[in-house]
Amino acid sequence: MTGIETTESTRAAAGPVFDYAPAPESRDIVRLDPQYGLFIDGEFVPAAEGRTFTTINPATEEPLAAVAEAGPADVERAVAAARAAYEGAWGRMRGRDRAKYLFRIARIVQERSRELAVLESLDNGKPIRESRDVDLPLVAAHFFYYAGWADKLELAGFGPQPRPLGVAGQVIPWNFPLLMAAWKLAPALACGNTCVLKPAETTPLSALFLAQICQEAGLPPGTVNVLTGAGGTGAALVSHPGVDKVAFTGSTEVGKEIRKAVAGTHKRLTLELGGKAANVIFEDAPVDQAIEGIVNGIFFNQGHVCCAGSRLLVQESVADLVIDRLRERLTTLRLGDPLDKNTDIGAINSAEQLDKIRLLADVGSEEGAQRWSPPCELPSRGFWFAPTIFTGVSQSHRIAREEIFGPVLSVLTFRTPEEAVAKANNTPYGLSAGVWTEKGSRILWMAQKLEAGVVWANTYNRFDPTSPFGGYQESGFGREGGRQGLEAYLDV
Amino acid sequence: MPERTDHLGHLEHLDVRKTYKLFVGGAFPRSESGRSYAVRAADGSLLANAALASRKDARDAVVAARGALAGWAGTTAYNRGQVLYRVAEMLEGRRAQFAEEVAAAEGLRAGAARRTVDASVDRLVWYAGWSDKVAQVLGASNPVAGPYFNFSVPEPTGVVAVLAPQSSSLLGLVSVVAPVVVTGNTVVVVASEERPLPAVDLAEVLATADVPPGALNVLTGRTSELAPVLAGHMDVDGIDLTGADPSSRAELERLAAANVKRVVATDEDLARTPSLRRLRAFVEIKTVWHPVGI
Repeated sequence: MTGIETTESTRAAAGPVFDYAPAPESRDIVRLDPQYGLFIDGEFVPAAEGRTFTTINPATEEPLAAVAEAGPADVERAVAAARAAYEGAWGRMRGRDRAKYLFRIARIVQERSRELAVLESLDNGKPIRESRDVDLPLVAAHFFYYAGWADKLELAGFGPQPRPLGVAGQVIPWNFPLLMAAWKLAPALACGNTCVLKPAETTPLSALFLAQICQEAGLPPGTVNVLTGAGGTGAALVSHPGVDKVAFTGSTEVGKEIRKAVAGTHKRLTLELGGKAANVIFEDAPVDQAIEGIVNGIFFNQGHVCCAGSRLLVQESVADLVIDRLRERLTTLRLGDPLDKNTDIGAINSAEQLDKIRLLADVGSEEGAQRWSPPCELPSRGFWFAPTIFTGVSQSHRIAREEIFGPVLSVLTFRTPEEAVAKANNTPYGLSAGVWTEKGSRILWMAQKLEAGVVWANTYNRFDPTSPFGGYQESGFGREGGRQGLEAYLDV
Repeated sequence: MPERTDHLGHLEHLDVRKTYKLFVGGAFPRSESGRSYAVRAADGSLLANAALASRKDARDAVVAARGALAGWAGTTAYNRGQVLYRVAEMLEGRRAQFAEEVAAAEGLRAGAARRTVDASVDRLVWYAGWSDKVAQVLGASNPVAGPYFNFSVPEPTGVVAVLAPQSSSLLGLVSVVAPVVVTGNTVVVVASEERPLPAVDLAEVLATADVPPGALNVLTGRTSELAPVLAGHMDVDGIDLTGADPSSRAELERLAAANVKRVVATDEDLARTPSLRRLRAFVEIKTVWHPVGI
């Protein structure tokens, strides 16, 4: 955020404010080709129909590369390659050798993590601080964790001889492109499946770099295939009869379409969909930590997080205090160049997503909620949205019910724990929730009552490969991560 | 092997022979006793003089292991797994050296020795993967009949003494040490008495693999001399008697009663993929209760 201004209270308390000098990460560490092909059967190849699309840097709108757009013929070839690898080298391989390949991939990701972090920030718009400190370490850790399962599946609690499913068709979103690829590929490969991965249209590059890493690791051809493209490519993949398992992370709307598309088939399905998580602040909460948790909950990754704490539920007795402190904290957030190491809030991933956020924010104002953003100068090029808080939100407002998937927080209040639970659960979603209180018994009571797949207490947006993640209700079914995450890729 | 000479009759390269020492607290000391013993190959030829550890060396090693315990047990499971995997990487890079040492020590043909080394690498990788999974298999959340959240997690037992198998100098050693270390225990291992050299080589691998000093200590010497000290030591929390002479086991178990040590005395086919037995052997299950309510 250039030219930060502070509220009167912080200015008085903190004295003069010093601005940060730019601290840009070097872009040169990533060398991009002008054009990228599909990764099929161990080779990079153009799309059969020769179609391409351009992926851009959302912070500058600068084109990054032309990428092949996979059509039905490419889906056919990729699924056939995955089938051949399943019936061939990968399917026959001993678990301990699959483990070694996955360990290799983990190690190469660790070795190339700085390059991959910059690439991810370029293509996605997320701050380098996050891609460097969150995305990339988690990617390596995820491969490391599931590598360790590949040679001990019979001891994972799914019976003496758990079998893989076959060919997995995996469609992933744009908010954590490489991390979602790791969440999909690592358990699938560990269990002995082969994969056709479809990255999101606006963030295809890191999955293609991961394909290069698969080559570098010597993974047998066809074990992992990457098809870049848009919604049509994903639809063709999930409805292909040669696919045995479909895994999707993305919007609830598309998730329902995929559920219909696989209806009546033999395909196994897991869905990780949208959310509208409640982050519940009790009056005895540690306020400083809670403020950080609220900020992390909704402004992490520009709010492009399915488990974002987008509904803040504050106990009425501390609501004014929390909102004041939150506003103060927001004035110190720095929005701008994703490659600047001081940046807190990067670019919105696409023009389309920016339109959606703007639309819902406007609806918020029209429906009577009070909108507030810190003074914040937005760059003239690229896609940007200032961090925004709505107060005076009621449960019937669209901004309290619909997933905005942007840096927009809706604040509601409650008086009793029972009311907090009722409001928190008043959603068709159920991916995650947050609870802030010093009282341990109340944390656990809340955790029992909240209908959500992940409950964070006195923290928020924590992820670990050992920890299962996934939703209740319309946030999807199946779990990724942990021992439980193996189940989605085993015939058990 | 006859040394090769050049045209002037000069030796091309005369081997610089290694001194085989103990590995205690991350350093390579000789025995404080100044003693050593001749280690012979399977064919009877002299291989090297190894340090003959004294009872004092054993006690020093326990002090080192105790000192390393809080740090190693407190390391994240993910990190311990990475370190153990790094040990496998380092061992992999020295396969040829280990194959020679194992062949000499155990009288194996070259191919069999190589396969033994490969199996040792795989065993390390297998156990490395358990670091952050053992709690997911041995731990549980317990549905107690009341308003309590109750969960059980495995924690390391503490300092564990391991008497390594006598016949299998590397695979046997790795198979008994890796499961104890990966769960967060620190170890004093007594190498195979007649075949100790691969253990000293493995210590060199450990020293370059980010294993914290003292987490794993290697003694060479007479098992019958060191075992009673370790079995009766009040600051050793568990002991694996695999390498003990069967006739001494009962007495060692009696000594271990002094501080209620966890004792493992098992005959397992070390060539096969292990069970969870050794992972379970040196963990304590801790159960935590917490009330649930508004």
